[in-house]
Amino acid sequence: MITEHPHDSHGPDKGLMRWVVTTNHKDIGTLYLWFSFLMFLTGGVMALIIRSELFQPGLQLVQPESFNQMTTMHGLIMVFGAVMPAFVGLANWLIPMMVGAPDMAMPRMNNFSFWILPFAFGLLLSSLFMEGGAPNFGWTFYAPLSTDFGPPSTTFFIFGVHMMGISSIMGSINIIVTILNLRAPGMTLMKMPLFVWTWLITAYLLIAVMPVLAGVVTMMLMDIHFNTAFFSAGGGGDPVLFQHIFWFFGHPEVYIMILPAFGVVSAIIPTFARKRLFGYESMVYATSSIAFLSFIVWAHHMFTVGIPIAGELYFMYATMLIAVPTGVKVFNWVATMWQGSMTFETPMLFAIAFVVLFTIGGLSGLMLSIVPADFQYHDTYFVVAHFHYVLVPGSVFSVMAAVYYWLPKWTGNMYDEALGKTHFWLSFIGINITFFPQHFSGLAGMPRRIPDYALQFADFNMISSCGAFLFGFSQLLFLFIIIKTIRGGEKATEQVWEGAHGLEWTLPSPAPYHTFATPPSDLNDAHG
Amino acid sequence: MLLGGNAAMADWAVNMTQGVTEISRQVYDLHMIIFILCVVIGIVVFGAMMVSMILHRKSRGAVPATFHENTKLEYLWTVIPIVILVVMALPATSTLQDMYDAGESDIDIEVRGIQWKWQYTYLNDDPAKEVRFVSSLSTPRDEIENRATKNEFYLVEVDEPMVIPINKRVRFLITSEDVIHAWWVPAFAVKKDAIPGFIHESWTIVDEPGIYRGQCAELCGKDHGFMPIEVHAVSEEDYEIWLAEKQEAARVVYETIGKEWTFEELMATGETVYQQSCAACHQLNGEGIPPVFPSLKGQGLAVGPIAAHTDIILNGKAGTAMQAFGTQLNPAQLAAVITYERNAWGNNLGDHIQPSRINEILSGGAQ
Ligand code: HEC
Ligand SMILES: [Cu+2]
Repeated sequence: MITEHPHDSHGPDKGLMRWVVTTNHKDIGTLYLWFSFLMFLTGGVMALIIRSELFQPGLQLVQPESFNQMTTMHGLIMVFGAVMPAFVGLANWLIPMMVGAPDMAMPRMNNFSFWILPFAFGLLLSSLFMEGGAPNFGWTFYAPLSTDFGPPSTTFFIFGVHMMGISSIMGSINIIVTILNLRAPGMTLMKMPLFVWTWLITAYLLIAVMPVLAGVVTMMLMDIHFNTAFFSAGGGGDPVLFQHIFWFFGHPEVYIMILPAFGVVSAIIPTFARKRLFGYESMVYATSSIAFLSFIVWAHHMFTVGIPIAGELYFMYATMLIAVPTGVKVFNWVATMWQGSMTFETPMLFAIAFVVLFTIGGLSGLMLSIVPADFQYHDTYFVVAHFHYVLVPGSVFSVMAAVYYWLPKWTGNMYDEALGKTHFWLSFIGINITFFPQHFSGLAGMPRRIPDYALQFADFNMISSCGAFLFGFSQLLFLFIIIKTIRGGEKATEQVWEGAHGLEWTLPSPAPYHTFATPPSDLNDAHG
Repeated sequence: MLLGGNAAMADWAVNMTQGVTEISRQVYDLHMIIFILCVVIGIVVFGAMMVSMILHRKSRGAVPATFHENTKLEYLWTVIPIVILVVMALPATSTLQDMYDAGESDIDIEVRGIQWKWQYTYLNDDPAKEVRFVSSLSTPRDEIENRATKNEFYLVEVDEPMVIPINKRVRFLITSEDVIHAWWVPAFAVKKDAIPGFIHESWTIVDEPGIYRGQCAELCGKDHGFMPIEVHAVSEEDYEIWLAEKQEAARVVYETIGKEWTFEELMATGETVYQQSCAACHQLNGEGIPPVFPSLKGQGLAVGPIAAHTDIILNGKAGTAMQAFGTQLNPAQLAAVITYERNAWGNNLGDHIQPSRINEILSGGAQ
């Protein structure tokens, strides 16, 4: 139900300037999502270059120096350009509608935080054409490889990271203020949908760690240009310090990329199981404990740097603990499905695949936390398989699930179910063919980030490359489905899905340009 | 010995190697325990999902239940994982303690990562008996660039392997000259980062003779994928013979330094040294990969005064990839490669430097 306020309900500006000057949360959400998709394709092309080179032993397509640029840029673009903006886009579209607010709390800042991104990534990508090439030291940019030994473009990379950081910090401030101040009267924190909860926690993580990232790149900048020696042993500094600071940012960062996914899946599974989410409260507590633990486990990325045994043991135990709240979440999802009345539309398929494949990634993560075994796994394809399982069929699948789930609300049209399912199955099969064999090549001893490999790894790499191409090209189908849905299709109802609960489903489809100009009064159903 | 190497390759197929040390077998067992526990957890969780997806579907007329919390259940599935974690943590802790147990070693080897090769120094109280050599990839360029068929040990073979005796405690003192590398031999379950400015230790006692191969495991720049490790574990007698030969060879090299080398000898040796030690960065044609790796052809120090040219090769340039070759190559090789650079690719300066002069500079007799 929606109350119309004629004086308020003007539409968007005409023409392209609408997108440049917009302060509307829906427009900005759309911008974020398209930007993220563009970056997803860019990073994807780089992934395919990597996989083509690795199709066979020997150097065929690219030389080692360009290969390193590809792995570095692929990582940076996927993490900062594809996954994070996708979730911010979803937050923009959904949080105001879910909490019954008319818009984000700081609309102009919202516009600004989006429009920094194209410049940040333009800068980063332009380094590919600079003398000496793009950054080539891995997305983790360990010193001194990135400081004393980095290409001249490193300075531009640092500037780019600063811009992304500013954008993320502004975005998260906006999200926190919106959630804490603009909830409809009567919506207590414990009535918020889980997506809002997970984003609230994520936004705090972002505010806490983005400045740490800014700090570490600034220290690099000083080392490179102003003769400091934070990370150079020759000048009294410490290369390992870099890793401590980086991972103090980096570990929470991986949860930044997965917590909103938990929120998405917690919205979708109840809808298609036609049953309330099991253990709502424990979900909130589990999310908070994961967020807390994420700050105190960073050195599990650094077990081989020579930490004393007490440190190794501490970081091992703390890391293992994360399995407990994560397990609680998985069990809750299964319990939500249990004795439901399920149907398997595309969003549900992606959500279920998320639970299964994310759990596989979680279990290999648990294996990685065991220090003596990690000595064998560390920096091999086993790690590559692990984090791609949590990031691709994890985060990325959850974004796809979200797009299919909310697209009818955004566009007013239903997507083509048969095509959606085809996209799902192609992606599901492609992703497993790509990453499952990498567990084996890793265990068998293949180091990561190498452009060429010993012959015993040849078969697994060839399979992996085939899967990557299947997955990559299936995403063009995704693009086609989205465009087709925007342009027309069966009209969506208000509720869209039979089992959907939550304030956004009380609005018309497509959601009008301005919604909840007056706060909704019926909140009983808010978190489904 | 070769057979041992092959057998080691064979069980590398899809799982972690069991390796050839007490520790590596413990690590393997630990890996299998946690792996099996994870598989069991997976079967239970995914099994429950499967059952639910089959039974509780709308198309079968399932009516949704209304339960949405159950405190007992929540406790249960918090406690059970904790118990499983403890079961994993116990053996992990004891294995880790064994790995960290630094006892008295029989042999100490300094392992130094240098962009893109390893330098091994067999430490000895008597410096004259210290053996030092550089171990780098021996796979021919033609195989890498697909002009020749790849041999069985493609990319995991080196010109000079590390040799160690079996059943002796060998201690590795691992460090780096430039960026961070990681020295990893899966069969020993030894992986340790080589960090400039730090020395970390690790150790092993190998109980089967054989050839064991590994690779650098930390991204270290352009040729990170091309810095393999090869260790030959041999009987103690064979080790002593090898060591004596190495010490003798060092003495012979030392003697050739004194003699006068002809220009042709220097150029011939210089070409080989250049291909092995310099071409990765400065390229075979001397043109480098600017701006990171400078060209030596017709420009810069290689065509300037010989003193400055010698200096950068002996001492490297701090903070760049240009290493100090004074500790990696012997004086004859150094003199040869300097002469070669000054006269190859049309540089044709016509001058040369003698090994004896290099030796003077190295032993502090410069200027
Ligand atoms: C790991 C890469 C690498 C290797 C291997 C390498 N160099 Fe260099 N070299 C460099 C870099 C980088 C510089 C530029 C240093 C600077 O910034 O001045 C350089 C500079 C030089 C220069 C000075 C060039 C000039 O005009 O300023 C000479 C001469 C040289 N190298 C000779 C050699 C010789 C001889 C070898 C083999 C024994 C060798 N290099 C091996 C990376 C390398
Ligand atoms: Cu290395």
